Amino acid sequence: MINKSLKELAQALAAKQISSVELSTLFLDRIVRLNPDINAFVTVDREKTLAMARAADARIAAGTAGPLTGIPVAQKDIFCAEGWTTTCGSKMLANFVSPYDATVIRKMHSEAGMVSLGKTNMDEFAMGSSNETSYFGQVKNPWDRTRVPGGSSGGSAAAVAARLAPAATGTDTGGSIRQPAALCNLTGLKPTYGVVSRYGMIAFASSLDQGGPMAASAEDCALLLNTMVGFDERDSTSLNRPVDDYARDLDKPLNGLRIGLPKEFFGEGCDAEVMAAVRAAIAEYEKLGASCVEVSLPNSHLSVPAYYVIAPAEASSNLSRFDGVRYGYRAPEYGNLDDMYMKTRAQGFGAEVKRRILIGAYVLSHGYYDAYYLQAQRIRRLIANDFVEAFKSCDVIMGPTSPSTAFKLGEKAADPVQMYLSDIYTIAVNLAGLPGMSIPCGFVGGLPVGLQLVGNYFAESQLLNVAHRYQQATDWHARRPGAID
Amino acid sequence: MSLTLEQVKRIAHLARIEISDDEALTTQGHLNGIFQLIEQMQAVDTAGVEPMAHAQDVSQRLREDAVTEVDRRAAFQAVAPETEAGLYLVPKVIE
Repeated sequence: MINKSLKELAQALAAKQISSVELSTLFLDRIVRLNPDINAFVTVDREKTLAMARAADARIAAGTAGPLTGIPVAQKDIFCAEGWTTTCGSKMLANFVSPYDATVIRKMHSEAGMVSLGKTNMDEFAMGSSNETSYFGQVKNPWDRTRVPGGSSGGSAAAVAARLAPAATGTDTGGSIRQPAALCNLTGLKPTYGVVSRYGMIAFASSLDQGGPMAASAEDCALLLNTMVGFDERDSTSLNRPVDDYARDLDKPLNGLRIGLPKEFFGEGCDAEVMAAVRAAIAEYEKLGASCVEVSLPNSHLSVPAYYVIAPAEASSNLSRFDGVRYGYRAPEYGNLDDMYMKTRAQGFGAEVKRRILIGAYVLSHGYYDAYYLQAQRIRRLIANDFVEAFKSCDVIMGPTSPSTAFKLGEKAADPVQMYLSDIYTIAVNLAGLPGMSIPCGFVGGLPVGLQLVGNYFAESQLLNVAHRYQQATDWHARRPGAID
Repeated sequence: MSLTLEQVKRIAHLARIEISDDEALTTQGHLNGIFQLIEQMQAVDTAGVEPMAHAQDVSQRLREDAVTEVDRRAAFQAVAPETEAGLYLVPKVIE
């Protein structure tokens, strides 16, 4: 049961082969047994989960169930959930019990009737690519427990890979859904900016943050995405457009699909064996009827520099709210008000978060704003324009998600710049606001490799279709780590 | 460009983060590494390029000037470090 797809689980629930309480208990028991080592979850609340499962069973019995009612899901701990501790991976919020639901939480649980298995570990305030900046300890990659699961949605990725949950949510500001999906052999989708509401999703960089699904297949992601999207007047950048059924086009044939291969993604900087797996996946697509065309993203090498100005600038502004006054941590001892702020923030934030706040404060400060912040925004425009140009000659762009497979715990933790460069292929997509996916496409030394798919604005259905057809022809996505139990 | 120790301390103060001399020194090294990466931007001619603040070119929505939220002060203050009589308590600001 634990390896079944969301569609199969929905069928089993509808056919009364299993109840939501039984299904949720299966996963809760696995969490009890396996989470102490993997550390994918930071909060589990059996009673709350089972109460949600009982409510789902009642809906199923009453005939008012939706497609995913009763299916358990893990929530990244960046989403506020009423009555649940919501930490964002930080000491600053270690005791914060949210008084309200994020829109994504409300939609998935109150509306769709999904059951929350708990809150997953993450890099502190989503700042990291290895899950090592979490205040709640590192997460182990189920494929090799001496390695990172990726980040920032590392807990969600490890939870699904170890089948502690059938699926999970993530958020992606610079690659935080796609990179951990790649490193843990999952399918993950970052939607077009504005498609999934940011209300109640603790803000890191507001012009880049976007929530999305992480699961075992494109089909599972499509079903999950259906429950997550929609216009939300509580999010000032939510887009008001007709809601798609993301599962509708999954089976469309790929004949005539034009795949753009950016020459900048196929040059130096990527592990040769990772690149070989990516090229083999592209060859498989050609067998499925697609053709390839070389495209260019000439400014893509500037995406990491521009991102590390824009994201910290927005973060320094967003994280100014954590001042020890209205919620969260407050230093136990302080003098005047300023001293209370200074000590609260010094003690409540970890090293990486402080670094980014300082970068942000600097690039926004008088005398540096034009040279850094405005220049980064101009480069952001150039990067977005590169994609517009590229999509004139192709339907979908492909390349590696990450330049390497999962690295060792501790390997890059002391060197921020090396860590930042692990997102070299994913960041441009956030800057442009485009939808992107990572899908499993092979293994190097027993570790998963991810293929990145980038679509044009609002092409989520097409991306899921392109991913699903590949997953019908290959079984990389169905491989599970051995020796979990 | 490289940041001096004094600049690191000044930024930390602007960001209201207390920083010890030791931490400032380590931070200086890390920030200078990061700014070396960022400096690549300076070689790019962006004259005439419109800065892009957002992925979608949409303007802010307006709504009716009407009360839409309910009063949840008790729930919101329940998570505050220190409150009294419906107010947030902080160290004395005005003598």
